[in-house]
Amino acid sequence: MRGWRTFSAAALFFALALPATAQAPNPLPEGIQIGLSTDAVSITAGFSGADLTIFGSLENPDPLVARQGRYDVIVVLEGPPRPVVVRRKDRVLGVWVNLESETFENVPVSYSVATTRPLQDITEPNSYRQLSLGASNLYMQPADATDSPATIEEFTTALRERKGATGLYSENVGGVQFLSQNLFRATVRLAPNVPVGTHKARAFLFKSGLFLKESSAQLEIRKSGFEQSIFRVAHDYSFLYGVFAVSLAMITGWLGRLIFRKD
Amino acid sequence: MGIYLPIAEISVNVFVLLAMGAAVGFLSGMFGVGGGFLITPLLIFYNIPPAIAVATGANQVIASSFSGALSHMKRGTLDFKLGGVLLAGGIVGSTGGIFVFAFLRRLGQLDLFISLLYVVLLGTVGGLMLVESVNALRATRSGAAPVLKKSGQHNWIHRLPLKMRFRASKLFVSVIPVLGLGAGIGFLSSIMGVGGGFIMVPALIYLLKVPTNVVIGTSLFQIIFTSAYTTLVHATTNQTVDVMLAFLLMAGGVAGAQYGAKAGQKLRGEQLRALLALLVLAVAIRLAIDLFVTPPNLYSLTAAGLN
Repeated sequence: MRGWRTFSAAALFFALALPATAQAPNPLPEGIQIGLSTDAVSITAGFSGADLTIFGSLENPDPLVARQGRYDVIVVLEGPPRPVVVRRKDRVLGVWVNLESETFENVPVSYSVATTRPLQDITEPNSYRQLSLGASNLYMQPADATDSPATIEEFTTALRERKGATGLYSENVGGVQFLSQNLFRATVRLAPNVPVGTHKARAFLFKSGLFLKESSAQLEIRKSGFEQSIFRVAHDYSFLYGVFAVSLAMITGWLGRLIFRKD
Repeated sequence: MGIYLPIAEISVNVFVLLAMGAAVGFLSGMFGVGGGFLITPLLIFYNIPPAIAVATGANQVIASSFSGALSHMKRGTLDFKLGGVLLAGGIVGSTGGIFVFAFLRRLGQLDLFISLLYVVLLGTVGGLMLVESVNALRATRSGAAPVLKKSGQHNWIHRLPLKMRFRASKLFVSVIPVLGLGAGIGFLSSIMGVGGGFIMVPALIYLLKVPTNVVIGTSLFQIIFTSAYTTLVHATTNQTVDVMLAFLLMAGGVAGAQYGAKAGQKLRGEQLRALLALLVLAVAIRLAIDLFVTPPNLYSLTAAGLN
């Protein structure tokens, strides 16, 4: 009985307080938080891609704005940065040869975006550029900045296009859904060839096209299983691995002769 | 049944690989070749990255040449001394090849270079073999006696210094061409993932005049060690040997080879060589077409700082 009374009292308080805060000159600032249920994801060798769900909440949302759907959330899962070489094939005497190339530093290996609405409806292209948000706005830093801007532009476009074609850069419009006024769920795609390493999940909150807050969390993606052990041994103990490969071949050759010999 | 290759990092069908190994093993048993020159291009056609196809091809060659060399050792048709000198050259050539391999990979020209080498070598060897075997077939049909190899005929190779005696081969020859041949084969082994038998065998017969009966055993003996060395160095410097892939190919290969050897005994030599020549040419043409056809993607990405 007592509990019920407290609850109703609280409800009453909010009912009274809400219009007041909406009009107050300094309402509590809106914030955003995301949470991952785990800080590491293990994928097995036969991994063929999956959806990763990230939950998050808005802090102190304005109910009026929320009702009108003017809060927008963009969630990004960004893979570890690595240097990348982009090469272009050209015809030399009829044969296709890798000729021109451009090296970029710190290119995120993967970049999955989930949004509440199409990117162009959320905010201005300019603010995406300022935030370096979205695959087409990521700044790709060329290793050799003295190359002509046209060349850098061409290879940057090709880099984004190849990343998109292999599923490493993806965009999931409508992948962020509000479950209540505060709670949202974001679904980002993990490509089958998702790289291992530390991924960074970032959530951006926009209100009526204005960027408000950002929140981030880290996620470790690991590969597990027998095949991954082979991979690790091949890289960490490469000489022993080589000896093993040679011995395996000799034993197979010898056994094969014993079992299948026809002479 | 799909299986994930740990080094190549792609999923492949187990039965396709076993069948591929068995088919190449059958052919290699039939024609007395290692089969590396067929395995590597087939793997490339099956979308295995060329760098991995080459290193794994070298690994697979060990198995087939080891089982072949064992039977020659039993029959005593193996010249250890000649094989040892060839091998010394092979190690040097293979080491050089690995450096060229890593260098080309950094430049982004490795795939092209592998394809070009295959087209040129397979095209030349296949073409020569086809001409030779068709001539032999014509000659037998017209009833003329086949031209026998003139023994005792010496060429410039036999005038080189640093002569050495190879008793099992009944040979007294300079070590320079033997070392050079070994080095050349070693170089090809590390860049193309082949044992090099298809070049070694004619070179030993026609250039060094080694008796035909010891040629195959000696060539196989040398190939075991050259490809073992190549595999080891590829594993340590480039991490491109995929044991899973190699094992599937070997398992199919050793089984196929024994049946192939039996089938080979039923066909006549010239017919056999004409068939092998056609096969070699087909692989060369297929690789050549890929060089000229406009690729679906002109741009490609690779991780920088590789190796």
